[in-house]
Amino acid sequence: MKGKARIDGRSVDCVPGQSIVAAAKGIGIAIPTLCYDPRVEPSATCRLCLVKVKGRRLPVAACAHALEPEMEVTSEDPDLESWRRTILALALSENPAAECRRCAEIGPCELHALAKKLAVSPVFQGAASGRFKEDSNPFIRRDYEQCIYCYRCTRVCGELEQAHAIAPAGRGFKSRIATFFDGGLLESSCTFCGQCVQTCPTGALMDKKMLGKARATEATKVRSVCPFCGTGCGIELHVARGRVIGVTPDWNAPVNQGSLCVKGQFGLDFIHSPERLTTPLIRRNGKLTAATWDEAYGLIVGKFQQIKDESGPGAFALWSSSRGTSESNYLMQKFARAVIGTNNIDNCART
Amino acid sequence: MVGRGAMSNSIAELEDSPLIFAAGTNTTEAHPVIALRIKRAVARGAKLIVVDPRKIELVEYTNRWLRLRVGTDIALYNTMAHVIIEEGLYDKPYVAERTKGFAELREFLKSYTPGYAAEITGVPAAEIAAAAREYARADRAAIVYTLGITEHSCGVHNVQSLANLALLCGNFGVPNAGVNPLRGQNNVQGAGDVGCLPNYLPGYQPTGAGEVRERWEKAWGVTLDPNPGITKVTAIDEIIRGNIRAVYIVGENTAVSDANVGKTRRALEAVEFLIVQDLFLTETAELAHVVLPAASFAEADGTFTNTERRVQRVRKAVEPPGTAKPDWLIIAELATRLGYPMAYNHPSEIWDELARNTPIFAGIDYERIELQGIQWPCPTRDHPGTPYLHKDSFGPEKGSFQAVPHVALAEPPDEAYPLVLTTGRRRSTYHTGTQTGRALGFEELVPREWLEVNPEDARALGIGEGEEVEVASRRGRVRVAVKVTDRSPPGVVFLSFHFPRETLTNLLTTDVYDPITETPEFKACAVRIEKLRG
Repeated sequence: MKGKARIDGRSVDCVPGQSIVAAAKGIGIAIPTLCYDPRVEPSATCRLCLVKVKGRRLPVAACAHALEPEMEVTSEDPDLESWRRTILALALSENPAAECRRCAEIGPCELHALAKKLAVSPVFQGAASGRFKEDSNPFIRRDYEQCIYCYRCTRVCGELEQAHAIAPAGRGFKSRIATFFDGGLLESSCTFCGQCVQTCPTGALMDKKMLGKARATEATKVRSVCPFCGTGCGIELHVARGRVIGVTPDWNAPVNQGSLCVKGQFGLDFIHSPERLTTPLIRRNGKLTAATWDEAYGLIVGKFQQIKDESGPGAFALWSSSRGTSESNYLMQKFARAVIGTNNIDNCART
Repeated sequence: MVGRGAMSNSIAELEDSPLIFAAGTNTTEAHPVIALRIKRAVARGAKLIVVDPRKIELVEYTNRWLRLRVGTDIALYNTMAHVIIEEGLYDKPYVAERTKGFAELREFLKSYTPGYAAEITGVPAAEIAAAAREYARADRAAIVYTLGITEHSCGVHNVQSLANLALLCGNFGVPNAGVNPLRGQNNVQGAGDVGCLPNYLPGYQPTGAGEVRERWEKAWGVTLDPNPGITKVTAIDEIIRGNIRAVYIVGENTAVSDANVGKTRRALEAVEFLIVQDLFLTETAELAHVVLPAASFAEADGTFTNTERRVQRVRKAVEPPGTAKPDWLIIAELATRLGYPMAYNHPSEIWDELARNTPIFAGIDYERIELQGIQWPCPTRDHPGTPYLHKDSFGPEKGSFQAVPHVALAEPPDEAYPLVLTTGRRRSTYHTGTQTGRALGFEELVPREWLEVNPEDARALGIGEGEEVEVASRRGRVRVAVKVTDRSPPGVVFLSFHFPRETLTNLLTTDVYDPITETPEFKACAVRIEKLRG
């Protein structure tokens, strides 16, 4: 089913199965969405991505419709804009403030970013209330007062993670996102991968560890790689006031494409543990006591030279770290071979 | 034999693989993000074969679970190979063109009938044959494995018996296939790649190879020892014998993570001079004469190489605490004081020196991996990197079948120690807990260690859920609470090593090791459970 279609007058190659949203994005046209996460099946619940297709009586949801050959799509016109503003105003009725806590402390949420972009202010008053979920888990804040029922969290949890910890429950104003028996996440099948938080387009789900640390505007992001297992997931470290205040996945990393597990998502605060070593320690009278680098180096140099003179380089063993960088590992084996003169160099791979 | 200790293929390829053969990998716990690819492959119709003595989560995603007895992998894979050969299901042109040793293998495997394997492995003969047919008939098939394969005293042979299957069915050199170790630490791949091995210079170039050694001698301005050094496993014995006087350890909590750790501790307590460089005062650092404070991954620039050979940048985001320094800087300063000047301004200069002299990295520099990592081998600046290995050949040699015999466990259960202890990992903790143990909230997910015991064994021993017991092996004993679960098969109990301060699991494990890699048999030792006297 190869062929060409047009979006806003521009020619696009059709890729079988590719949605109109994705195809438009490919040529730099950003159709507004809220319930869309390209990694899971579309739900077409928010209706924000409605577009007109020539020859069809009704507009279609661009996230849930494949771009077909010969299609002529209009993604922007006064009708569409008017519909989108109404839809957004309805969604905003759940989040009437100009920005939510997520916007303020972590970074703009999709809902408020869109409202700002389209200059939509809340005109409706939400009817539902009392949906904050007191959840004592240490990582994920669940405040469904701000939920717009896009079901990205439940779809990501079910389809992508296959953890099935949360699902939509109830009907009408009583509808909510719930675990089995409506308990906390700690009592559910949640693995705390944090993907629900990362996909949430509002402040309904937030990383508890990032709250109360800084203003979002103070933070910069530094791209890096998760330091736990050998998968090598791309991460972004959020840095403010000289500290790593949180982690978000690197959506462009080829390995994980936005996925993380509990360790990479929530396990990096060891960086600022008060138990970090801050000075060299030297054993004096049987006890490790603080020392300067000069003292530590001096002791090592003296001892190394003595042992090398007396017993030769074969009396040394050096074990490098599978947790450190390749550059430091390279230097460690160079140190063993070129400085000490031994091939007794190993790393923690074997044990 | 083919290749290196790295995935032959890429993580992303798993998702489109028609068949995934997961052997000795508890992927959902140890590599959760790779497990997503497996789950998604299954969701879109891929077949999944799981080989594991424990009822791990992956078992829920398959109807082909081969619950073999601990340590009987070779018998299982040899028999699968036998079935594939005898039923003519192997890739005949591929075997003819790209492999050697087929006739010998075929002859060797004659005795590995499904009936024979069923007796050894406990897996029904029909199941073994069915798995063999499924694997062979798949258009392409990806084998993934982890330490359930390698942490045995026959670990190398385990891998070779798996590689035989891939060679037979033409599963090397094509996408969505291969033999893929999922490696456990962020840069365990890189550490080996850059030469932190006693027998290899950087890039897996043997210490004895004249031309290679000369290149490094010229680069470093020294004369190098052509003889391989000793592994850290052998070094422990040499410390006890008094032949090793100084040990310098960077970032490894070896005093609790080694097998038969009682012996390691005795060695480290006895050694004349011990330096430990780490982020924390670990159990290992507590034994040191000098402790050097190191920067974490967030406090230094550099690269990590992941399990699919992808060299990726890590970046300095914050300053190290106090006077802590990056590992590379500490080593360079120490070398300089020892009379060998190392004057690097930035880790990129270290990388460039490595890449200049190492063919598999020659085409990689920091500029090229600024946005996205590159998979080695990458020999030139215009080479895109290598998503899967062995595309057209296995190099100068052909892919060689290895005839490897089944062997019994190094320490089989007996009357005094009737249970097999197997060890492993749990998702929400990492290794000895030096990092996840200091990350807030993790104690609520996994508060402490527990011993997984099959209900039959629990009944026979008269122990119940949550009961504190002592577990004893020939080397030591630990105290731990019991969890009664059919995750463990009868006769097998499971412990992680995540809580060494309360439950030092490796006091129990055996240090009998594979003769080639010297990796100990962490996955099996004989133990008994003792009730506490009330």
